[in-house]
Formats: sequence, C-alpha cells, structure tokens
Amino acid sequence: MKAAFLQGMNTERAARRACVLVTDLAHGAQRLVLADAIAADPLHVEIETALRMGKSGMIEHDTGRFFLTVQAPPLRIVVVGAVHVSQALASMAHLLGHRVIVVDPRTAFASKDRFPDADLLAQWPDEALPVVGIDRYTAFVALTHDPKIDDPGLLAALKSDCFYIGALGSRKTHAKRLERLGAAGVSADRLARIHAPIGLDIGAVSPAEIALSILAEITAAQRKKPEGSAGL
Amino acid sequence: MALASDSDILEQAEAWHRAGRGVAIATVVETWGSAPRPVGSHLVIDEEGHFLGSVSGGCVEGAVVSEAIDVIGSGAPRLLEFGVADETAWQVGLSCGGKIAVYVEKVVS
Repeated sequence: MKAAFLQGMNTERAARRACVLVTDLAHGAQRLVLADAIAADPLHVEIETALRMGKSGMIEHDTGRFFLTVQAPPLRIVVVGAVHVSQALASMAHLLGHRVIVVDPRTAFASKDRFPDADLLAQWPDEALPVVGIDRYTAFVALTHDPKIDDPGLLAALKSDCFYIGALGSRKTHAKRLERLGAAGVSADRLARIHAPIGLDIGAVSPAEIALSILAEITAAQRKKPEGSAGL
Repeated sequence: MALASDSDILEQAEAWHRAGRGVAIATVVETWGSAPRPVGSHLVIDEEGHFLGSVSGGCVEGAVVSEAIDVIGSGAPRLLEFGVADETAWQVGLSCGGKIAVYVEKVVS
C-alpha cells in the first residue's frame, strides 16, 4: 500500500468523509476512491453498496476480483429536544452504536442525569448546529413540539445533505409546519424530505415505542437502497 | 488501555511508517465458516515483529507476523489462507473450524 493511500484513509476518516481502497489482489494494483470520485469510478455500484452497508469485502467484476476496504464515517443522530422520547432514543441509539447529540436551550431538560449516553448542547439549534456540522452521515430528528425550537433546527437540516430528517407531530401539526417552513423560503422538494409523522407506523404509544419506530426508520434510511434522494 | 479499533490501527501504521520503520498491513479479505474476526480487520506489523490489531482470535497472528516480516523485506504482497484443510494452518491452530484469507502488503513511499 502506498503511504499516501494510508495517510489519505486516515485523513478522510478524521474529517468524517467516506472513502474506499480498491485492491486488485491478483496484481497488487490499488487506488483510493474519495467520496466525490465514487460516481465516476468503474466500480461505483459495488462501492456505493459496500458504503451503505459499511462493510469491507471481496467483489467480482468483469475486470477482475477486487477487495474493497470501506471507510464509512460512524452515524450520528442529532436530536433537537431533550424530551422523554429523546431519552429512550439516546439509550437505544447507544446500543445500535450511533453517537447521539441532543440540542435543547432549556437547561432543565438538557441535563447529563437525563442523558448519560448522549452529548448535550444546551443551546438554540441555530447556534449549535453549525458547530455540530450536519453531514451526509447524520440523521436529524426534531422532537420538541415547539416551533420556536424545532423550526430553526429543521431549517438547518433541510439545507444540509443529511440522510434522514424526521419531525414529531400529527399530520395537522405537520401541515402547519410545512406552511411555516414554506413561508421561510424552503422549496416543496426540500420539505418532502421530512419524515412526518415521524417513525415507522408500528402503532407506537409510549416514548420508548416512539423512539423504536424512529430508530427503525433511520435504520431503513441508512441500509435500504435509496428510492429517491433519501438514503446514504 | 482501551482496545485498539481498526482506525487506531491504521493510524499506528502511518505513525510507524513516518518514523522510518518497515511496516506491513495484513487485512482479512475473506472468511468461510466460523471466523473470529470479520472481513476488513487489520493487523499491522513492523520489521521487528511488533504488531497491533488482530486477524483472528490469536490463532494465526504468529504466522501472519512472520510472513509480514518477509513481505517487508521483499516488498511483494502475499495472499495467505488459513483453515482446517491446510496442514500448516492446523499447526498454527485455527481450531475453530473456519477458514480465512489474509492479504499482507508493505507500506511503501
């Protein structure tokens, strides 16, 4: 392996960017494919699948057998609202191996006692989110029910290329939300990215069940082949 | 000390190479049956036989390290297979009944 490829993999990982090292095991030839060069690579279909699954592996192609060393950044879930559902979500996401960042300006809610498994930012979303940096490997969830807090978070997420956006609230609440965000200048295409009512429809009632349905929906967005623009 | 993750291991490989040490990276490229470490797991080795990470549950690391020292010397990558069907592999003790393929390559400037 060229030292430059090794260094490249370490740099990309630190910057939370995906990359894949392609090795022709029969001949030793190698190339490092960076995130923005994947689409143009002859193995782009295989590389995209491997990245979505986050798995290194051997692939068969017309041009030979190759090993893909996959580096996909670890998923993060940014949650606006340090509420009851978020507590359950933080514990379950911890089990799934995802880092959770909870943003809520209300310090009584955003306390370490309530969120032992999450990183807490007791700030308004419009202050916190630019620092957190919502990227392609981030899921964004708005759970406060309070437009004052949820809307600035949603506006930031809608500008990003994060792989999932969800917002808590009934269809009626969501219709009002769409009106507000539309009035703030967000196009209908972009607004369609919001999963609302949030979570898979499993008839969830308790906060833990709602958290489960949200995480199931996030997992589907992560792992399933994207149908449209959603998905990794 | 926390267990080294595959990311820490690649950082170590880079640091060793920068320090002027001969370094090889071994990667599990295929597994069949029960294998203790998943595809993509790394072991990094320097020319003196220091190593970090794992490609098995400790069964074949010794053999991989000695092969890696040869690879550091020659510069030519090798694809190694270990499994119960292989007499040598049985000797090095992959007794879990699995079979693994490990690619060993030198880090070159």
